[in-house]
This record gives sequence, structure tokens and C-alpha cells, in this order.
Amino acid sequence: MEVTKHRHGTRKGAAHTSTRLSRQKVRWAWLFMAPMLLVLAFVAGWPLFKTIAYGFTDASLIAPETARFIGFDNFAFLLQDPYWWTAVWNTVVFAFASVALETVLGLIIALTLNAKFPGRGGLRAAILIPWAIPTVVSAQMWNWMYNDVFGVINHILQFVGLIEQPIAWTASPDTALLSIILVDVWKTTPFMALLLLAGLQMLPTECYESARIDGVHPLKVFFRVTLPLLKPTLMVAIIFRLLDALRVFDLVYVMSGNNHDTMSMSVYARQQLIDFGGLGFGSAASSLIFAIIALFTVVYLTVARVGREH
Amino acid sequence: MLIKVMLIKTNARLKKLKRAVANVLFYLLLAVIVLYTVFPFYWAIVSSLKSGSALFQVDFWPQDPYWENYVAVFREQPFGRNILNSLLVSISTVLISLSLALAAAYAMGRIQFRGRTLLLFVILGVSMFPQVAVLSGMFELINSLGLYNNLLALSLSYMIFTLPFTVWVLTTFMRELPKELEEAAIVDGATPFTIVTKVFIPLMGPALVTTGLLAFIAAWNEFLFALTFTLSSEMRTVPVAIALISGASSYELPWGNIMAASVIVTVPLIVLVLVFQRRIVSGLTAGAVKG
Amino acid sequence: MRRIALTLLLILSFESVAAGTASLSISCGALGVELSLCQQGVDAWSSKTGIDVNIVATPNSATERFALYQQILASRSADIDIFQIDVVWPGTLAPHLVDLSQYIPEDITAQHFSTLITNNTVDGALVAMPWFTVAGVLYYRKDLLHKYGESPPQTWQQLTDTAARIQEAERLAGNLRMYGFVFQAKGYEGLTCDALEWVDSFGGGTLVSSDGEVTINNPKAVQALEMASRWIGNIAPQGVLNYDEEQSRGVFQSGNAVFMRNWPYAWALGNAEDSPVRGKIGVIALPRGGEHGHHSGVLGGWQLAVSKYSKHPRQAADLVRYLTSYPEQKRRALIGSYNPTISVLYQDAEVLAAAPFFGTLYASFQNAVARPSRITGDKYARVSAEFYYAVHGVLGGKTTAAKALAQLQRKLERLSRGGQW
Repeated sequence: MEVTKHRHGTRKGAAHTSTRLSRQKVRWAWLFMAPMLLVLAFVAGWPLFKTIAYGFTDASLIAPETARFIGFDNFAFLLQDPYWWTAVWNTVVFAFASVALETVLGLIIALTLNAKFPGRGGLRAAILIPWAIPTVVSAQMWNWMYNDVFGVINHILQFVGLIEQPIAWTASPDTALLSIILVDVWKTTPFMALLLLAGLQMLPTECYESARIDGVHPLKVFFRVTLPLLKPTLMVAIIFRLLDALRVFDLVYVMSGNNHDTMSMSVYARQQLIDFGGLGFGSAASSLIFAIIALFTVVYLTVARVGREH
Repeated sequence: MLIKVMLIKTNARLKKLKRAVANVLFYLLLAVIVLYTVFPFYWAIVSSLKSGSALFQVDFWPQDPYWENYVAVFREQPFGRNILNSLLVSISTVLISLSLALAAAYAMGRIQFRGRTLLLFVILGVSMFPQVAVLSGMFELINSLGLYNNLLALSLSYMIFTLPFTVWVLTTFMRELPKELEEAAIVDGATPFTIVTKVFIPLMGPALVTTGLLAFIAAWNEFLFALTFTLSSEMRTVPVAIALISGASSYELPWGNIMAASVIVTVPLIVLVLVFQRRIVSGLTAGAVKG
Repeated sequence: MRRIALTLLLILSFESVAAGTASLSISCGALGVELSLCQQGVDAWSSKTGIDVNIVATPNSATERFALYQQILASRSADIDIFQIDVVWPGTLAPHLVDLSQYIPEDITAQHFSTLITNNTVDGALVAMPWFTVAGVLYYRKDLLHKYGESPPQTWQQLTDTAARIQEAERLAGNLRMYGFVFQAKGYEGLTCDALEWVDSFGGGTLVSSDGEVTINNPKAVQALEMASRWIGNIAPQGVLNYDEEQSRGVFQSGNAVFMRNWPYAWALGNAEDSPVRGKIGVIALPRGGEHGHHSGVLGGWQLAVSKYSKHPRQAADLVRYLTSYPEQKRRALIGSYNPTISVLYQDAEVLAAAPFFGTLYASFQNAVARPSRITGDKYARVSAEFYYAVHGVLGGKTTAAKALAQLQRKLERLSRGGQW
């Protein structure tokens, strides 16, 4: 993880310079961070505090002022609600599958774009298109493309001869989550590809050159040289994607509503909070989502750091 | 070492054939990727040129282009105004968050102090809550500031997701820059403020473009806050304006119009990406200058 | 860069000055015909009274609109005086709405469908005035029924048989994408409507009785759901499990279905210039559940309500009264085919000429079945969700109708706190 590494030796440097200078530097640091921290505390502080606080009440959305403190009741109920655990499971499957696919695909695209060939600039712009369409619209569009009677995907697959009968992509429990994952991969691979492409271009070319001269197989070069060097970038890209994927909402909601086969944690929280008007319960669910994501992040960063040290 | 043995054994002709096959596979791969990413957008354009019932038929080319959808988008609402609103909100969001994040990133990327890692995690933690959960608290905040139905409310509330992101990415970039740059300036007696404005901003320029673009798209596509904090159609942003498009009845989804509106708002973003794409790539490579 | 930022901030903060000089504001419809009809009505009232009215367009999707309304009302904001609300919302929003009976005399409310007035009366207060109504109806392909010598179905069994027969024959004739019946079975409010129609038409009640008792677990309801579950994959495409109104209309309007359950809006669109089924469709009441069942269409539609936080409730109520009046509803029926909520308008020659099926389907609209939203109050959304989850499970073959409904009964009873709600 970039943030936790100290390889530029600022720490060592600090030990050498006089304490007065370093103390002054630290004062500067806080001064520089102050505007950002103030804005963030101002914008996020109150809403987040309210969310956590509401989680311990029975507040309703339509009349929040009548809220009563009920301790951990919301959480206790949440933990034994099978729908919640289905939502957690769906989200985890969704997040890991889509981030894994995006990483692999993003890597392929990045490697491709890193090679020199005619039309590279146009291709770079082309892969960014999915990212630029508002999710609400693109999710709806995919939904229509998936339709089993008038959808274009079934038409194409049948025309090519890959399937005999049209598949009800978004309706069948076997394919519903898969179809949503495929849309997410379509939508966010550009983000991944872009970051990885940058990572690739940051690599020193000498390694490749010497490997090529030695006649090492390209695949071997990739696994032995490129991938390890790319790891820091890969880790940063993955964490941002994972954070987003674990909070996935609009894609799932637009494509299959509140269906339990595909319901994500955020969709569950939204249903409780908005549809059912349970401000207290929905906020408790949101706080739990925060806790789960924080847990994943910590585990991920620990594993990533351990992986790097070895 | 199977690969090595094989490599030695292969003769030149086989190598040539392999290269040709590899080339074909490479371009095939490109074709598949392009198809996957571009086809849905192509389909959006085709749909935007269809009227009513034609939308339910699969035609790979619009038989009789129906431009009326594009006219309707602008006739039925101040869509030009909505695009302007989106631009104002997104640009101001980007500028504010970049300037705040840049200063913070300097502190976090270049200065060692206690609690730095913890602070970074707290900042990251802000973006771990589902957006819908912070909606009602944010609504109270906006109301108490008297910013309801004001574009400023959007720029302000978007900080909640743009700031953590920009701070993290810019901090990473800052860290990659060689420390000699700064040390030279310190020797010259420059204050940290001068160091940031004179040394880092020029170097970070391309990196700022990249993060700025990412934040821009996030703000451009945001829907929930934009819907809740604005009221009049003159204050709406593009995603909300698209959600407002309806047919004669609330059950009907006038898909042709919606697709036309989506194509219209995607084009500026594509142009933006095309203009900045050289910078995006070089922006991210700025960190390559290793110390 | 800083100067640009400052200029931007200035522009942004000046933006707010322009808005908000009108003395009343009303949320009615999204864009298109709905909004322009509302605008004309409001303008007429405005020029009569001299009061400025600001129209707020809200999202097309009912769920998004509901979320927005709840947020605005919970903050006690006076930003919107008059809300256009769905037929299932009065129970939830009632605490924030003005009792209109103090402004609108009883002889006026009595002209409207009594189902709607009952639906909009919460704890004795009339919280909303009916504006236009809809009910579930059955569309069929006249040409196909004629071709195979079938008549429009009167019972669900007839529909099933006819659909199966025509679907098979059409497929043999090379029309491989032909299906018998499409409806709405995505996990959302629309499925509650469809399933309630099946259950009620068999005489299985409406989920919760008018005195608050949970009634869903009964043999007739089981029978209705068993019938529906046999449709999936046979006469209905498997994809119907994720269809909303528009996806089913897509299948029907592209000529790929014999029957469709939908709302009246599909009529005008199906008969549009470019529609492949133009002139080939008929519309009738939804079938009965067997010989002893009855026709049943679920009640939908929109009402106008006045916010308690409005600074001018009297004027707002007057605008509501004007917009829901006879001449205004007639104008809306003539121009936009919006179903009036005033009974006598269904005998008006001009209205009947403009929308012929208003006459033939009068009974469906007048006797439409209300979802149990009034009695369940702010728990309605939860009740409805539990119901559509149970039905979706049965349709998807995950569980049997008997098991699902027994479980649903227990869940709803727990939720109802012994019928108290």
C-alpha cells in the first residue's frame, strides 16, 4: 500500500534534521491539512454522526423527532434477519467476482494499450465510454438488452448459434447476479484499465529490454517482471474498486429492484430506510455496512502488506 | 524449464508462424474488447433514433432515423440550462476538492507526523457509508445553511465522496516524487507554501488532471443528492433531468427520449476524455520520476 | 485557478436568487403531456385568483418521488404546498397532510368514486382529493383470437387454455417468439397489484381485511397462486419474473404476446401510428377466478394533497378543488385520456367519444380493488414487500403456494400486532 510505505526515507530524514525544524514541519502539515479536514468534518461529520446515532433509535423517516433510544435492538434484529445475510452474501460475491474480472480484463486492456499499434489513441477513448454514461441510464439500457423476447443480446447469441432458446438473463436466479456483474465489469473496467495503464507506463523499461535480449518468453516476463512491479498500482486500484463494489446500489436496484436473489447490502438499507420509512433500522444497517467494509479494508491491507514484505 | 527447452527447439519458421498467430489473436482480442465496451453505446445511439414501437424491435441500423427525440429533449425542459448546471457543479466540485486535497496531500505525502496513517484511514472511512444513509443528515445540513435549491448545496455535498478519493490519490502521487526536489528548495530557504506552489504544482499538473477527471465524472453522474437538494427545473442537473423525462403516463418510459438525452450528455464527456487522454496517461506517469 | 474558483462560487451563489417568488408551488407529474396538462389547469386557476403558482417537476419513477416527498415532509419544509400522491401513500403521509374536508364540501367529494374517497380518508380526515384513476385491465390480440376462433376470456382458466393453444399454433407456424400471456412479476409493487388481482378474483380477499385482520392464507388464494405459477415457462416467458409494465408492453406491442395485463396507458401506445399491433388489440376487464369468482382490477392513480407546512393552506386547497373539479377532469380526459374520478363523467358523450373503453370498463374502474394501504398505514410498504416476495418465490418455483402463504400469514400477523397495525 502506497500510503503506508516509507521507502523514501522521510522518517529517517526526520531523525537527522533538528527537532525544531521537524516540529515546524509538522505544524505546517496540520496547517495544510486544516482546510480539507474542516470541510470534510463539516460536510461528513454531522450526517455520519446522525446516521450512527439513528442506528440506536426506532426513528421513522416521516417523523424523526419521535425517536426513542432502543440500544442495540436494531442490530440484534439485523443479525438474525436472513434477508440481511442474503444481502451480505450477494454483495460479497458481487464485489469479489466483479473486482476480480475487472482486474484481469483491465490488465489485458492496459497491456494491449501499452503496446504500440495504429489507432491506439482512439481505442483509449473508446474504452472510456462506458464510464461516462450515467449508471441509472446504462443499467436500464442493459436491462432492455437482456430482455428474453425483444432483447438484442439473446438475438445476437441465437444468431451466432451459441444458444438455442433465449435466456431470461435477469429473471432466472442462476443468471441474475451474473448479468449484473457483467454490467458492472463493463462499466468500471475502464477505471481499472486506466490506472493500470499508468502503472505500466511507470515501470522502468530497462527490465523489459534486458529480458527481451535474453529471449525470455513474454508470458514469463509478465509474471516474473511486470506483475510484481505493477503490484503497488494494482493494490491501490483494487481497494478503490472494492470499496465501491461493496456499496453497490443503483446498478442492482435499477436492474432487479428489491429481488432477494440479487439484493445488495445498500439496496437492503435503502429498502428499510426509504421504502419502509425505518430511519432507525436503515441507519443501523448502514452502520453495519460501514463496519463490514472497514473490516474488509483492514484485512485486505494487512494481507497486501504482508504479501509485499515477503 | 519446459518453456526454455521449447524455445530452444523452435526453429525460425515456427517462430514466424507463431508471431502471425499471435498477431491475429491480438487483434481478435482488441475486437472483442471494443465490441464489449462500445456496442452498448452504439445501441444507445441506435435507440435514440427510434420512435415508439421500433424500440422493441432489434434493428442494428435505424431504418428511418427519428431525430424528433433529440428535439424533444430540449423542447420539454431547460435541458441546456441543466447541462450548464451540471458543468458548474462538476467544475466547482473538482476545483474545490483538488485545491483542498492538494494542500492536504502535500502534508500527508511529504511530511512525517504521528497519526498520519490513522488520519488517512479516517478519511477513507468517510466513503464507506452507503450514500442513502447520509441523505437525511445532509438534507438537514443543507437546510440549516439555507442552501436548499442552490447549486452550491450540490458542490458542497459532493465533497463527501470527492475529497477522500482525491486526497488518497494525490497523496500517493506526492509520495512518488523524488525528495531531492524539496530538499533543494528547503536549502534555498523556501517556505512549505512556496514549495507546494512553485515546485509541486507544476510537477503535479498532469496528475491533477487525472484525478480531476475522475472527480468530474463522479459529480457529473451523481443523482440522489442532486434530486433531493434541488427543486426547480432551472436548478436540476443532468441525471435528474433525465429521470424527469416521462411519457403521457407515469408508467411509460419514453426510452427514445431518454437515450437521446443520455447520448447528448455523454458526448461532452467523451470530448473531454479525448482532449485530456494524452494528459491522463502522462499525468499518471508523473510519479515515474523516481528519486 | 483560485480566481476561477472564486468566480464560480459567485455564480453559484447568485443562482439561488432567481427561484422561489411564487406564492404556491405544486408537484404534478414529470415532463410531457402530464406536466403540460397540469400547467394549463394551474394557469387557468392563477388568472382567476391572481395567485402565482410554481410547478415542480418530480421524477417519473414513483419510488423516487415517494423518497423525495418523505424527505421534504419530514423536514417540515414549506417548499411544496401541493403534492401529487399515489393511491397507496395516504396511509403513510397522512400525519403531514391537511384535512381537506374543512375546505371542500361533502357534496363535491360525494361525486367521486367512493372507493377512492374511502382510500383517501385516514382516521376520519380526508387527506387527499382524487385526481385521476387507473385499474388493471386485460389486453388481447383481436386478430389472433379471431384467427383461431376464440372469444375474449371470461375466466383465468379460459385465458390459460386460449393462450396455450394460440401460442403453440403460432410457434408451429414459425412465430417462435410468441408467448401466451405477459404481466408484471418483477419483485416490486407491480407484482403486488397483479397477484392481488388473481387472489381477489378467486374470492381470496385482499391480503388484509378492512378491519385489519390478515386473511391471505386461504385455499382460494393458494389456488390462485398455483394457477399463476403454472404459467411461468409455459404460456409466460421465464423473463416475466423481472418484467415491469414497460417490459411487458414491449413484448406485447412488438406482437409477441396474445394477452397482457397492464394499466390503461398501454392502449394509446399500442394503437400509435408505428405500432405493429395497431388496431389489432382489444381491452376488457381482467378474468374471473373460476365460475364463482369475480372480475377484479387493482386500483391505481393519483391524488392531490396539501402539506400541513404550507403557508397558504386555504389557497392550496382551493387549487386542489379546482384541479379535481368536473370541468378540469373532463378536459384532462379529452386531451390526455386520464380516467376521471367523477362517476358522471363516464356518461359524458364527448368523453366516451374520446376514449371508448371508459364506457365498457366503467365497472372495472368504479369497483377497482384497493390495496390494503389505508388500514396498514405506514407499514403498507412492508406488507406489500412481504407479499411480492412470497409470490415471487412461488412463481419462481422456489416454494409452494401453500407453504409460502402460511409463512406470509405468520409474518404479517406479527407485523400487525394482532390486527392493530
